[in-house]
Amino acid sequence: MAQKKGVREDADELSHVPLQAVLLADSFAQKFRPITMERPKVLLPLVNIPMIDYSLAWLESAGVEEVFVFCCAHSKQIIDYLDKSEWLSLPKFTVTTIESHDSVSAGDALRLVYERNVIHGDFVLISGDTVSNMSLTQALQDHKDRKKKDSNAIMTMVIKKSKPSSLTHQTRLGNDELVMAIDPHTKELLYYEDKVDAADGMVTLDKGFLLDNSAIKVHNDKEDCYIDICSPEVLSLFTDNFDYQHLRRHFVKGLLVDDIMGYKIFTHEIHSSYAARVDNFRSYDTISKDIIQRWTYPLVPDIQFSGNRPIKLERQGIYKGSEFSSDIQLSRSAQIGPFTLVGSGTSIGDYSKISNSVIGEGCSIGSNVSIEGSYIWDNVTIRDGCQLNHALVCDGVVIKSGVVLEPGVVLSFKVVVGPQFPVPAYSKVSLLPQPTNQDSDEELEYADSGSRILDITSLNRALEVPNGELSRSSDNAEVGVAGVGYIWSVCEGGHEEEWRHSVAPIPANKIAELRKAPIEPDTPKLEILPAARVKPDVETSDSDDDPATDDPCDFDKEVEATFLRAVHEGVDQEHVIIEVNSLRLSYNMASLDCASAIFWSVMKLALETSHCTEGELFRNAVSAITTWRDLLRHYLQSIDEEIEIIMKFEEMCLESAKDFAPVFAKILHILYDKDVLTEEAILSWASEKEGADASDKIFVNQSQIFIEWLKEAEEEDDEEE
Amino acid sequence: MPDTQALVSEFVLKLKRRKVEGSHATARQTAELLRSVISQQRIPHTNQAAHLIEAVKVVGEQLISANPVELAVGNIVRRVLHIIREEDLSLATTAVGGLGLSADSDDDEDAERDDRTLLSATAVAAASRSTLRAPALHTLLEDIPDSAAAPHTPSSGGESEGKSKSDKSVRSRKLKHDVIEAINELLEDIDTCHEQIAEQAVEHIHQNEVILTLGRSRTVMEFLCAAKEKKRSFRVFVAEGAPRYQGHVLAKELVARGLQTTVITDSAVFAMISRVNMVIVGAHAIMANGGVIAPVGLNMVALAAQRHAVPFVVVAGSHKLCPLYPHNPEVLLNDLRSPSELLDFGEFSDCMDYGIGSGAPLHVVNPAFDYVPPKLVSLFITDTGGHNPSYMYRLIADYYSADDFVVQRRTALGS
Repeated sequence: MAQKKGVREDADELSHVPLQAVLLADSFAQKFRPITMERPKVLLPLVNIPMIDYSLAWLESAGVEEVFVFCCAHSKQIIDYLDKSEWLSLPKFTVTTIESHDSVSAGDALRLVYERNVIHGDFVLISGDTVSNMSLTQALQDHKDRKKKDSNAIMTMVIKKSKPSSLTHQTRLGNDELVMAIDPHTKELLYYEDKVDAADGMVTLDKGFLLDNSAIKVHNDKEDCYIDICSPEVLSLFTDNFDYQHLRRHFVKGLLVDDIMGYKIFTHEIHSSYAARVDNFRSYDTISKDIIQRWTYPLVPDIQFSGNRPIKLERQGIYKGSEFSSDIQLSRSAQIGPFTLVGSGTSIGDYSKISNSVIGEGCSIGSNVSIEGSYIWDNVTIRDGCQLNHALVCDGVVIKSGVVLEPGVVLSFKVVVGPQFPVPAYSKVSLLPQPTNQDSDEELEYADSGSRILDITSLNRALEVPNGELSRSSDNAEVGVAGVGYIWSVCEGGHEEEWRHSVAPIPANKIAELRKAPIEPDTPKLEILPAARVKPDVETSDSDDDPATDDPCDFDKEVEATFLRAVHEGVDQEHVIIEVNSLRLSYNMASLDCASAIFWSVMKLALETSHCTEGELFRNAVSAITTWRDLLRHYLQSIDEEIEIIMKFEEMCLESAKDFAPVFAKILHILYDKDVLTEEAILSWASEKEGADASDKIFVNQSQIFIEWLKEAEEEDDEEE
Repeated sequence: MPDTQALVSEFVLKLKRRKVEGSHATARQTAELLRSVISQQRIPHTNQAAHLIEAVKVVGEQLISANPVELAVGNIVRRVLHIIREEDLSLATTAVGGLGLSADSDDDEDAERDDRTLLSATAVAAASRSTLRAPALHTLLEDIPDSAAAPHTPSSGGESEGKSKSDKSVRSRKLKHDVIEAINELLEDIDTCHEQIAEQAVEHIHQNEVILTLGRSRTVMEFLCAAKEKKRSFRVFVAEGAPRYQGHVLAKELVARGLQTTVITDSAVFAMISRVNMVIVGAHAIMANGGVIAPVGLNMVALAAQRHAVPFVVVAGSHKLCPLYPHNPEVLLNDLRSPSELLDFGEFSDCMDYGIGSGAPLHVVNPAFDYVPPKLVSLFITDTGGHNPSYMYRLIADYYSADDFVVQRRTALGS
């Protein structure tokens, strides 16, 4: 009886609790720098409407009654904005802000929300840069039903189909390829990996999945919408695991790995509705275009969903600010192309051409200006004869006459670009100097608490310095005569990546380069392998003339993968040989390379088999060599190849597999014993090394006894004859 | 009034979010909202009508701008404005008339005299000139009973109660009361328009005919069912009405009522039209020139019908009559909806990868409405009977005052 009563109460509670949402108005990332140094990301305009308005409008129309806006960076600006907006005055929709100054991650934010004790039931967790028009009803219902059956089903994640490009291995939103394993019947999420290593393109699934589930579907064409329906347990989990920082990387993966608690995450796939998150400049561009193409209906510019100014939609997707508020002064000879939005109060001069762009309110654009695929915010002045190509221009920027903005340029607030100055591609210009402690560390994006706080303080310091004085005095030359602003240097190595996440489309030569990248041989046994083989940038950038130069490493890995398959799946040696040969042809390698690659794989196998002592390692190596003797011998046709593998072994001992160093001589002996190496090869290797310096001779010296013995044996042989 | 303000903003929000579906529901809710606005409006003793009109205009403007595509909102706002003007006028007329007439004259006699004068057109014209009222053509056509019910009946009611004319406070209460009464009648009209239209079904649908329709319209559904109930046997072709496929819903409903129904694709309309005796469709709005704003695909059907000389009949309640012309800049003819109704975003996501920038990403256009020019329409059937497209402007003159055609701030500022 008691139980029954409890259930009923529970049901009652569910029906009475208003639907709540937590909106994180801070992305805890720095992808929108330098713009986000001065304004929080959620207030950046997306097609002339601040992003947070899209999120709130969607929550409101989806039936959410209570929203907690968590703000951290620039919290004051967000609170001021919300105070002025109409969101606070809507009936049946309350917006409460939670302010924090020391949160550095989504994890911290949720812990704080938990401390406030404001969440009483299931809630929707989104970030303030989400654009969606999906209906939550079904997803919520599913979530509640599952929760009733299984109290461990604490989260439902919204996903959407979206094919990643086969060339760049990123989605159209500029995110990395995402691999998910989902149980097709229960929709349970079993595996989540958003950082698929492009180098080996390998995804490892636990064998246990196959035992526990009757079916698994592995997807790489799904996109994470970053809309989660969570049960209150999620918050307490964050509190229990104080090291959870990132929602996906730590929390989701943590839950998936953790067997003890047995919490489960489910997915809800949406088909006809739209959901996406502005995560980087590329997604800013893509989502803006989706909005203009009306995928987000009814959250489109010509419907006033958030107190925005009236805008009229004309033919061919041209949106113009309504004439009633204030006139757009449009020269007769100016051409406005398709899929363009021009805000009210903007004037455009003679013979200017604008296409595929968004122009904010109160801009003045001179004559003979060409603007293509750019995003220009409010009150921007563009003088005559400028050319803007896929650029992002923030509020109050002044671009003097004749300036050329190359693709991917970002001009932050109030920057002035001097006349005739060409701004190089992908450069970011800001009035604020680049924080000095911004190093090339990739972890910066999810900086641990120490560096983040440092960051903020340095930022504050920068802000305290009166902008004008600082920048005008020192940096005139950076952005042309009479220009104001710093060009931020891209962190090293980052420049290569810049094209991936920029507002500009990927340049044609990059695409051509990616196309040229090696085509995979068909290896049908690797179903799970996404074809993520392209080694981006670092190598490819200099490989235009000779596509083969970047291959040896790849080739080695490929051979190793083939070999490991042979080991684990018991593939016949002959088949391995055929596969390796085909690899050799496709990579244009010599048989010398095959030999060393195979040898390397064999030794690596020995190394990776568990061992504690040198003796065990040695035994492993012996058994590996014995098993794969024939394979090795197949590739050791001449002395040259044998010498090559000795060198390779030496190199391994020095670098990748130092464990072998002590047993070098013993293994050399075994190789000789098993007829893998001939004495000639060993001797000529030794003689070759004779002239080398001491550091190179470590192993020769180590195997001195063996070599001596060989020499003696040879002499004996000679004598006998 | 804080109360009404909350109501208004709630409804504005609903309109903005496109949460009110269909012109019938929109019209009803607009009328109800305006009724409560008027009933809660405090009005001064002098110039009450102008005050009411101003109040309604303020609200009306918000409502119209919230969803300019849904013309029914504007229609109802204008009709309410018209009602206020009419009531004011009729009160003024009775007041003036009462003063002019001998004080002891019986009201019944007065009314009778009015009725008698109605018989002569010239007399009506004279009377209307004196009362500044546009002559209602309906009042001349005696064979149409109860025509133009909304504007006419309350005015006669006002006259009959005109006894207590001198007391100003009574008058002010009376104006409000009369207006609310009239709006109630308007609401009733909106509610019963389907039945009133359906009553005429037997006159139009004959035995063994083949009817074609596209998409789903409740008016069409009830029209067809009414004919069925009168033991007419006929067949219906339903074009499915891509991309929303409302035709499927209609087909289900018709089959449930025992009608012989065939579903065809929109593209098969031209092939089937030669076998069809009549096309009966619903509309989103009827414009003042007799043109129709209708679900997408109907222009094609109308052209096909014209090619084969098949009558093209539009059934619509009088709340869909819009006093604006389609070339009017106030009119937003179309609503471009989400492309996701046409195709699955996921399947085509690689065609819209702007990053790869192969030059021409995929564009999808999904307009909600078509404009069918008046020359393609054979007949309109409204709750007041069947009309020619060229007669629409006249019908509109009965329902709306010319002063209210533009309910934008410009007029508000001007007046």
